[in-house]
Amino acid sequence: MLYAILCYDSEELVEGWPKDQDEAVMKRLGVVQDELRAKGRLGPVARLMPTTAATSLRKGRETIVMDGPFAETKEQLLGFYVVECESLEEAIETAKKLGGASEGHGTFEIRPLRYFAPNGSTVSTGSRVT
Amino acid sequence: MTELAWIGTALGAARPQVVAALLRYFRDLDLAEEAYQEACLRALKNWPQNGPPRDPASWLIFVGRNAAMDVVRRRKKQRELPDEDAISDTDDAETSLAEGLDGAHYRDDILRLLFICVHPELPATQQIALALRIVCGLSVPQIARAFLVSESAMEQRITRAKARIADAKVPYETPGEPERAERLSAVASVLYLMFNEGYSAPDGASADARAPLCDEAIRLARLLMRLFRHEPEIMGLTALFLLQHARTAARFDGHGEIVLLEAQDRGLWDRALIDEGLALLDKAMRHRRPDPYQVQAAIAALHARAARAEDTDWAQIDRLYATLERLTPSPVITLNRAVAVSKTRGAADALAMLEPLAPKLSGYFHFFGLKGALLLQLGRDDEARTAFGQAIALARTPAEAAHIRMHLDRLQSDAKV
Repeated sequence: MLYAILCYDSEELVEGWPKDQDEAVMKRLGVVQDELRAKGRLGPVARLMPTTAATSLRKGRETIVMDGPFAETKEQLLGFYVVECESLEEAIETAKKLGGASEGHGTFEIRPLRYFAPNGSTVSTGSRVT
Repeated sequence: MTELAWIGTALGAARPQVVAALLRYFRDLDLAEEAYQEACLRALKNWPQNGPPRDPASWLIFVGRNAAMDVVRRRKKQRELPDEDAISDTDDAETSLAEGLDGAHYRDDILRLLFICVHPELPATQQIALALRIVCGLSVPQIARAFLVSESAMEQRITRAKARIADAKVPYETPGEPERAERLSAVASVLYLMFNEGYSAPDGASADARAPLCDEAIRLARLLMRLFRHEPEIMGLTALFLLQHARTAARFDGHGEIVLLEAQDRGLWDRALIDEGLALLDKAMRHRRPDPYQVQAAIAALHARAARAEDTDWAQIDRLYATLERLTPSPVITLNRAVAVSKTRGAADALAMLEPLAPKLSGYFHFFGLKGALLLQLGRDDEARTAFGQAIALARTPAEAAHIRMHLDRLQSDAKV
């Protein structure tokens, strides 16, 4: 059985960590990840940017794009995608397609990643220097 | 850092929180400022002996509050004797105030104070000047420089603003939702100037010592973004701060000398801050309400996206500066645009853009620095030397002066060959 472990915490608190504290936490987490990775038990690991960087898209006949995460409390997190997109515009188009293919009136939240390890190794997120 | 330097930095960094909290208690700007200063004096006596407190801001608020209480009591005594109830009420108030000293508390104080300073009773220029003085604790010369006006004019402007707030009996309370939104733009401009003041590290202070201003501006911008989630102006402002701040580690070399953008080691740029800045800018632009912060962030984003200096999209930067000139015409923006023009159309065209700016920017370091560099490129060495000389005379930091001197030394050694 595969399990997803989702991280919840006070964003205000976590975003307020000074840089060295943040790095120390990431380092400690890295030790645990390395153990799991060595046993081949670790799938993708991602860290999200703050909710203020999020854009939401309400599914339905007419999709509405909004700032911030606004999933209603009666909605639960059911799954997630990690998609490579050139821009927010492209990410919104992708979410619209996914919304069109599914049913119901839920919400997709588009949150840029801050850190991403797909399987084993870290890859750069967001801006690619090419 | 020596002990005194450390204390100075700590006092400066705590200032916004402390003055904001004291203003909330006493509702009197002058009294709050005096109390902060009194607390600083006591810190200078106390901290070297007993060591710095764990939380300098709450120490200063506590001590400042007691000092100001004494002043208030003295004043009251001169007028009339307070009755028993009033005194015991004050004691109760003190207890709850002391208990209320938690981090979340002051943080809102600073924003509240910012929104008070930008009261609509005051003209925009006074609002911002007052906020920079009271909230950010910038000196009058620093503020005058940010506005490109004389010190005496700025002194007058701030005095008038204070008097006006006192006369108008402006209530020291958090404005309601609609007023907050109205004052948001003014608050944004204060944060912008605050960040710039920290970023340009004037008064010979090291970049380290001024960094708290940048950090504080970013912290407040993030806080504003949480309160106003649909404001592209605040998204753009925050994006701009993050993209600029990402370059901090690369901006000065080991000797504290300025490293120009094109010579910076881009490996030292903070990619996490850049990514977040780019994501926020993307979001802001979707609102199709371009404003000067978004355009400036877009310019910073083009620099951030270039892997090497020579990959920079100068043509696009030139176009963005043209937009900025249209939105907020200013000689400084034209000066910046001239840099982009020098890269796309050459030094001669850029120099032609500078000439009309001379009367307005005759006291501006960067004007003569750029002029000298352009003249140098055109092989007009004597004129370049003059311009560099003028730049050195106007330099505000040793790093600025040293940078220009390097050009002069090179000219000197070329002349000998």
